[in-house]
Amino acid sequence: MSRVLSPLAILGALTLSALAALGRLAIFTGQTFVHMIRPPFYIKEFGAALMNVGYFSLPVIGLTTLFTGGALALQIYAGGARFSAEAVVPQIVAIGIVRELGPVMVGLMIAARVTSSIAAEIATMKVTEQLDALVTLSTHPMKYLTVPRVLAGIVVVPALVAVGNIIGIMGGWAVAVGTLDFNSATYLQNTADFLETSDVVTSLAKGAVNGGIATLMGCYYGMNSGRGAMGVGKATKGSVEAAAVLILAANFILTGIFFSS
Amino acid sequence: MIRFENVHKAFGSNRVLRGVNLHIPKGESMVIIGGSGTGKSIALKSVLGLVKPDSGTILVDGKDATKGDHDAFLARFGMLFQGGALFDSLPVWQNVAFRLLRGSLKRPTEEARAIAVEKLRRVGLKEEVADRFPAELSGGMQKRVGLARAIAAEPEIIFFDEPTTGLDPIMAGVINDLIREIVVEMGATAMTITHDMSSVRAIADKVAMLHDGVIQWTGPVSDLDNSGDPYVTQFISGSAEGPIEAVR
Repeated sequence: MSRVLSPLAILGALTLSALAALGRLAIFTGQTFVHMIRPPFYIKEFGAALMNVGYFSLPVIGLTTLFTGGALALQIYAGGARFSAEAVVPQIVAIGIVRELGPVMVGLMIAARVTSSIAAEIATMKVTEQLDALVTLSTHPMKYLTVPRVLAGIVVVPALVAVGNIIGIMGGWAVAVGTLDFNSATYLQNTADFLETSDVVTSLAKGAVNGGIATLMGCYYGMNSGRGAMGVGKATKGSVEAAAVLILAANFILTGIFFSS
Repeated sequence: MIRFENVHKAFGSNRVLRGVNLHIPKGESMVIIGGSGTGKSIALKSVLGLVKPDSGTILVDGKDATKGDHDAFLARFGMLFQGGALFDSLPVWQNVAFRLLRGSLKRPTEEARAIAVEKLRRVGLKEEVADRFPAELSGGMQKRVGLARAIAAEPEIIFFDEPTTGLDPIMAGVINDLIREIVVEMGATAMTITHDMSSVRAIADKVAMLHDGVIQWTGPVSDLDNSGDPYVTQFISGSAEGPIEAVR
């Protein structure tokens, strides 16, 4: 009897555990948004978070989207050549970068660079009693640490996506003009003609969602870290895994919502 | 001033506090002693709301510590954490003046810095330290900065969590003397938890021994050596033989 039931019991325990984790995350997210609209507001911390999430991420965003755009141009050219459609390189690079690769690449780079750093920093603060110290100094850790970072993610990541999109398209342009004998002016004209406002708007909206997810996961795992160096390590690893999966899942859902019609 | 009434706290099956009763009068320095893992930190954190007791009441000036305006309540406290708990991302003076730079006790930046520098001097640190970051300081200096932060807003009640842990005997003596001087000159009510007997003798007016989740003995520090309590006697002598199990 127990042999028959034990897999079911394990499945049940796993389901309950997953639902409990989802519930904790939902509560944490709700609390974050409630604290966003209730004073006090820590403007200086928000400014610092904007710099960390936005400005200091520019080099990695620029380089990754540049190479992605270049590789995309080569792939589309090679693939298109099979049915004499090499000329669509500017259009496909533009739509591929703006609609999908720009927001996703930026989201994943933010998860790698920012989520991990937020989780490690807050987890270390927890382990060394700095979160308790904040409370004793009449400062709510969620207001002081979580809200500025999540708000910065939502605000500044769309700007990073815009920059990433432009650099990605320019990567494709550089490869197309430099190695595939495309005319520079025609390439840029085709790109501008093909892109629609809705492509850009949905791209930036995805950026805001990805920025929110990436920073929220860093804060959530940091605040709920275990003890010691192992706890910090687990929190950091878990935050990046969760952020990457949720960013890709959210991207899929948003693509379905924006473009299914 | 601070009164524990039958306070219980458990973590799963581990019953840490099993009915703590203790009274700390205004202006008195109470030191709670006990072995590692006996719940001293939990008792202290319960007062500040960092840990929620399962049952029982903690009263501060006759009012339930868990009710009312928590920010105003916490503004009456200063705390020195075991590891300092200084904020790595802020320079020393902003750590010390943290409470004075935001919230209900906010002051202009220049004034907050001046107070921070004065408090740093009070704990024996020069002004040059003010612009350094905590990671650039030695353990003893970090404790002093933590002490300066604890007293920066002139609190009525100061908590000290293992104030000499990790320090050499000379630095531990310096910190103990500083704590005693500051508590006396501020007229503050102090609650210290430690298992360092030199701290107990330097800081305490009264001592309470916490073991098995309850206060086993309490009395003036002058009675410590003749308490007649087997737990206290074993603890202060550091003997492996007695009612306190050496292996826990």
